[in-house]
Amino acid sequence: MSNSQLTPGVVPGRLPAKAYDANFADVIAPYDRHEAQVASDRCYFCHDAPCITACPTSIDIPLFIRQIATGTPDAAAKTIFAQNILGGMCARVCPTEQLCEEACVREAAEGKPVEIGRLQRFATDGLMAKAKHPFTRAVATGKRVAVVGAGPAGLACAHRMALLGHDVVIYDARPKPGGLNEFGIATYKTTDDFAQREVDWLLKIGGIKIETGKALGGTLSLEGLKSSYDAVFLGIGLGGVNALRSDGEDKANVLDAVDFISDLRQSTNKSQLPIGRDVVVIGGGMTAVDAAVQSKLLGAENVTIVYRRDQAKMSASPYEQGHATSAGVRIICNAMPVAVHGNGTVREVEFAYSQDTDTGLKPSAETFRLRADQVFKAIGQTLDDAPSGLALAGGKIAITAAGRTSLPGIWAGGDCASGGNDLTVTAVAEGRDAAMDIHASLMGAVR
Amino acid sequence: MANLTTDFIGIKSPNPFWLASAPPTDKEYNVRRAFKAGWGGVVWKTLGSEGPPVVNVNGPRYGAIWGADRRLLGLINIELITDRPLDVNLREIKAVKRDYKDRAMIISLMVPCDEQSWKDILLHVEDTEADGVELNFGCPHGMAERGMGGAVGQVPEYIEMITRWCKMHTRMPVIVKLTPNISDIRKPAEAAKRGGADAVSLINTINSITSVNLDSFAPEPMIDGKGTHGGYCGPAVKPIALNMVAEIARSRDTHGLPISGIGGITTWRDAAGFMALGAGNVQVCTAVMTYGFKIVQEMISGLSDYMDGKGMASTAELVGRAVPNVTDWQYLNLNYVTKAQISQTDCIKCGRCYAACEDTSHQAISMSADRVFEVMEDECVACNLCINVCPVDNCITMVEMPKGAVDPRTGTKVGDYANWTTHPNNPSVAAE
Repeated sequence: MSNSQLTPGVVPGRLPAKAYDANFADVIAPYDRHEAQVASDRCYFCHDAPCITACPTSIDIPLFIRQIATGTPDAAAKTIFAQNILGGMCARVCPTEQLCEEACVREAAEGKPVEIGRLQRFATDGLMAKAKHPFTRAVATGKRVAVVGAGPAGLACAHRMALLGHDVVIYDARPKPGGLNEFGIATYKTTDDFAQREVDWLLKIGGIKIETGKALGGTLSLEGLKSSYDAVFLGIGLGGVNALRSDGEDKANVLDAVDFISDLRQSTNKSQLPIGRDVVVIGGGMTAVDAAVQSKLLGAENVTIVYRRDQAKMSASPYEQGHATSAGVRIICNAMPVAVHGNGTVREVEFAYSQDTDTGLKPSAETFRLRADQVFKAIGQTLDDAPSGLALAGGKIAITAAGRTSLPGIWAGGDCASGGNDLTVTAVAEGRDAAMDIHASLMGAVR
Repeated sequence: MANLTTDFIGIKSPNPFWLASAPPTDKEYNVRRAFKAGWGGVVWKTLGSEGPPVVNVNGPRYGAIWGADRRLLGLINIELITDRPLDVNLREIKAVKRDYKDRAMIISLMVPCDEQSWKDILLHVEDTEADGVELNFGCPHGMAERGMGGAVGQVPEYIEMITRWCKMHTRMPVIVKLTPNISDIRKPAEAAKRGGADAVSLINTINSITSVNLDSFAPEPMIDGKGTHGGYCGPAVKPIALNMVAEIARSRDTHGLPISGIGGITTWRDAAGFMALGAGNVQVCTAVMTYGFKIVQEMISGLSDYMDGKGMASTAELVGRAVPNVTDWQYLNLNYVTKAQISQTDCIKCGRCYAACEDTSHQAISMSADRVFEVMEDECVACNLCINVCPVDNCITMVEMPKGAVDPRTGTKVGDYANWTTHPNNPSVAAE
């Protein structure tokens, strides 16, 4: 078996065996101590720092950087974890260029921000490598809380609840906890099984039980949870995927990008994953970039992202776009799919150039075709099968401040909840804040 | 290219940049490299009397303090005078001077406090055809405990006595190197002058402890679990040295006494500052120990460009230019009013000026919800702290209020020059 990048069709092993390890290694190498020291010195310790404001979890960034600079990285990690218990994952996956680092005054001064994300990883990796969990639980309250979904929102909520002395059971539909951290993030952003290691570390707080393979609508019902627990938090994510609504979408090898990304994460041998010679990714967000770049890293010869609107409207940041193009991915904007061609299996995708008008996106008469052995759809996820009885807003579970849903005793946060921006860090903030609100409501009830 | 040639007490050098007596000038190999790099002169590391040389410790000799970026700001040493045999040093000095007749070769000396010892060593030095001697009355550690170095420098009578011996026993110019480890630098300078010194050089290193090892609970540099005080030098000591140079330059009793400026000189700008405060030339050590001899190229080009820009034909035109402007606090103009002004186009919105002013000064900077920082002139006392903590050069400036304008803080008009000596709050004025 000696496939190459030029082998037609969808085949595994297009690259030499050694190439996969290098391709899927950390995309941003961790700092060593010296690098962290140099980087930390660049922080100006701003007053009421803009980076803190820009962080959805409001980590005290100048403080933790000063703690690194003064040789106490474990104290820095504690500063981070106090606000964001998934600070390790966020250090890897946050679009810092649109959050803390964009707000950094040295971005304004020199176009080169303090590398906050890498410093955060330096601190959190160091503390997580130690056996001891940095927090201890409060005295048991006797209250029981159900969390549905072991993704970032659910884990953050569960940890905070456990910290405050409540007992928590997390239910998750998948065979493993972690949610999108485990199944939805590009492999090169979170290597070495970090998502599972992080969950294991988080659980050391105690008082949290995880039951996998249990989904709402299956063995679980909202009513049942409500009656057996003092409070329920829903962090169920977005289970559905938007359709192209183009002719031929049902042909073979027209796939959901999220499944491809998940398969990559679960694979222990990337050389066994089949990939097309010509790959087309449709969409303009992080999922599209993650799918396209990893297609390239698996050995696809030609990978093209096609986005229906202007490049400026892509939700993937310019940094992510640059990452894609430097990996050899071509980005075509202002084109929408009109048909998928092929004899049972996709062979070409036909696009029409599009115009963004006041009355919506309009295809023009001019079309073009891209060869495609595989098509990955990355045009957004939806909330499938929302538990009945909950009010929705914009297709998601409607929440008010601190994650309260329309039903008393039920909170929600993360991607499944209204508002927010579908970022890991936002999910963590919502889970944490909902936990504080649940705590206030449970303890208030005691009195 | 300006003419940097310097004539310091009759000793000519192609530029005013000399290497101070220290490890970089301990032997022929280093000094030749220094001259090749372009240094105008060297003060050879201190020689002692004939006999078994001194010994040094065999653990760390240096300690340092750094800025957070690990840039060396201060260096401390516990090294003694040369630990090589006298005849080797003398032979090497002679060999180098023969090959570098245009460079200044000064020999630093430290021998016991008796006339014969000084007479002997001076005879040896004259034989090398060196240009002059520098009397090391400053070294604060090791030698001081043997009655030499700093122990002499702290007693003006000894300084005067030894200087007089030296002037008696040699035709070479005599520079007296002063220790800063005293309360009034003018006293040893006056003593040197009375003894007939041709010049003074200052400052020698400052007595100090670098840091404390928080595991061993001992000072650094640590030798087998113990530490001792050493001599502090480098950029951090420059302000102390500048003041001492200025004190000698402007004192009625020592004004005009040639000065060789030493203390933290790292760039041409530092050197120019010392010269403007009255130093006829400068000596450098820590900067070359940090960056190597090559920095003299920047010093030469920088000073030359500066002098060209100012239309100065020789270094003599720079020397002492700032001395008349060094005064006592009581003569400062109390009617000089300035206000801080923040350039909104340069501001990067870090808020450090706000934190400094709000927490520790006069609550004279406002901060808006969108991080616009502005000076409230009715509160600003012009303390300058905002400028000192601002990371952007020239973003905050002090703007002078014109005469006749009303200072919104005090409600009074900016008046003519008036100082403390005539101020109504001054008790000695009120008494009259």
